Amino acid sequence: MKCDHCDKPAVVHEVVIKDGQKTEVHLCEAHASAAGYVPQPQPLNQLLSSISPANQIVRKSGASPTCPACGMTLAQFRQHGNLGCETCYETFEGVLESLIERAHAGGTHHIGRSPSGAARATELRELRMKLVRELDEAVAAEQYERAARLRDRLHGLGERDEGEADGSASPDQAPGQVNE
Amino acid sequence: MKDESAGDAGRQLPFRHADDPTKVRSLGPWLDPAAPDGDVVISSRVRIARNLSGFPFPKRASDPQRHEVIESVRRAPWPEEIASGLIWVGMRDSSPHERELLVERHLISRQFAQSDTPRAVAVSSDESLSVMVNEEDHMRVQVLLPGFRLGEAFDRVELLEGAIEEHLDLAFSSRWGYLTACPTNLGCGIRLSVMLHLPALRITNEIERVRRAAKDLHLAVRGFYGEGSESAGDFYQVSNQVTLGVSERELLEEFCQRIVPEVVEYERSSRSLLAERNSVLLDDRVFRALGILRSARMLGLEESMKLLSRLRMGSCLGRLDAVPIETVNRLFLMVQPAHLRTVAGLELDDDQLREARGTMVRKVLGG
Repeated sequence: MKCDHCDKPAVVHEVVIKDGQKTEVHLCEAHASAAGYVPQPQPLNQLLSSISPANQIVRKSGASPTCPACGMTLAQFRQHGNLGCETCYETFEGVLESLIERAHAGGTHHIGRSPSGAARATELRELRMKLVRELDEAVAAEQYERAARLRDRLHGLGERDEGEADGSASPDQAPGQVNE
Repeated sequence: MKDESAGDAGRQLPFRHADDPTKVRSLGPWLDPAAPDGDVVISSRVRIARNLSGFPFPKRASDPQRHEVIESVRRAPWPEEIASGLIWVGMRDSSPHERELLVERHLISRQFAQSDTPRAVAVSSDESLSVMVNEEDHMRVQVLLPGFRLGEAFDRVELLEGAIEEHLDLAFSSRWGYLTACPTNLGCGIRLSVMLHLPALRITNEIERVRRAAKDLHLAVRGFYGEGSESAGDFYQVSNQVTLGVSERELLEEFCQRIVPEVVEYERSSRSLLAERNSVLLDDRVFRALGILRSARMLGLEESMKLLSRLRMGSCLGRLDAVPIETVNRLFLMVQPAHLRTVAGLELDDDQLREARGTMVRKVLGG
């Protein structure tokens, strides 16, 4: 994401919710410094985890994650089991991942119809690459049952949409050989 | 407060008589006994959950936002060949009795009937299509057909979806598919279900095996009125639980090629075995039920469902020529409280209702 004031990549991201209105600030190092943001050293694992928007928000507010779009908190979701809006899925992504996988018998990615046919090819490419990465992880972790399920799904995708994909990871590829 | 956005002045639900409020169409179209595999499969239903992008989900939305959602969905180009004579009803404009009729006809959920937020339902003239707006999700579109016609219901839903997607911007993520208020519904967001009548499997206690197998296949088994309802009258609604990581077509194949045919065959062979090896027990159940239904002065809902179920089995097996299956199907609907009150009087208390049920059933069955 670019800085709000120039074309350099933004390194400071802040979400401010005031009176129900959401405002986002994205600044490059120079503009952040000019605006008074003081960079703080972080260990690598914290930096990695901060990629998730949910974690960003936790860190900023220092409180329970809150959806910037609808104000739903994680505690409210846990209490009622329903999310408040589509943005909640990004906000609580970290928490939802395992919950969704359990609820859907191991399903982790959407397959099937999408609102626009044009977007479908791109989604399939992304899905294949993701599955190949997961397969790689599963093999490395010696989770062979999971690996077999992932391999079957990759084969399924290959048969279903043969000819649609170009330049994507081949389903017959060995684990780890992802086309970049 | 009225639902100005959804109410039609003078609108008439398709199953109600235009001039006579004490009349109601006595057979839901999904209760057609001549439908394919109608001896076991009562109805097939395909339902999709969809939300509009840019609006909070219904529970979190404000009333103006809910009204806006109703208007947007209402303005969508619902294809006439499926949505013929679509009638929109604002729930706040309808009486509790009318809402209960809609529940009993499987056109809206009980949760939807009881909520007091702005919400609306559209029902096609043949009652095969209903669109609930602002239930748990912005849209719950269902096609309900008699017998085993899941493929056809699926095709109709797909056609509807193609048409509305042109008009509405839906909440969707490439990773998690169609986004829904409850994460258990996301992905393809589709629920396929069949209502099965399984009296023989119940009598032989084989139904537990079906339940276990269903659980292994991640299928939900519910009663006549869906979530939370008991399997009154030996009716079981079987539906998929998983909607992520599997496409709607794969689910359809699984239901049509494997799940439904297997359960139907299982029930039929149990019925035949009962008829062959235990015909006295079978006839006793059937004719004892007929005896009670023809004689009772007061009938409870659950009791009548249970007895009618036995009549239906007897009728399907050709052991009860006196009562055609169509009559039994009609009674299943007419014994329901709101339908009964329409005919017998809205003011009836519970005891009077039981009496009215007994009188009506005796009259229909010639008791």
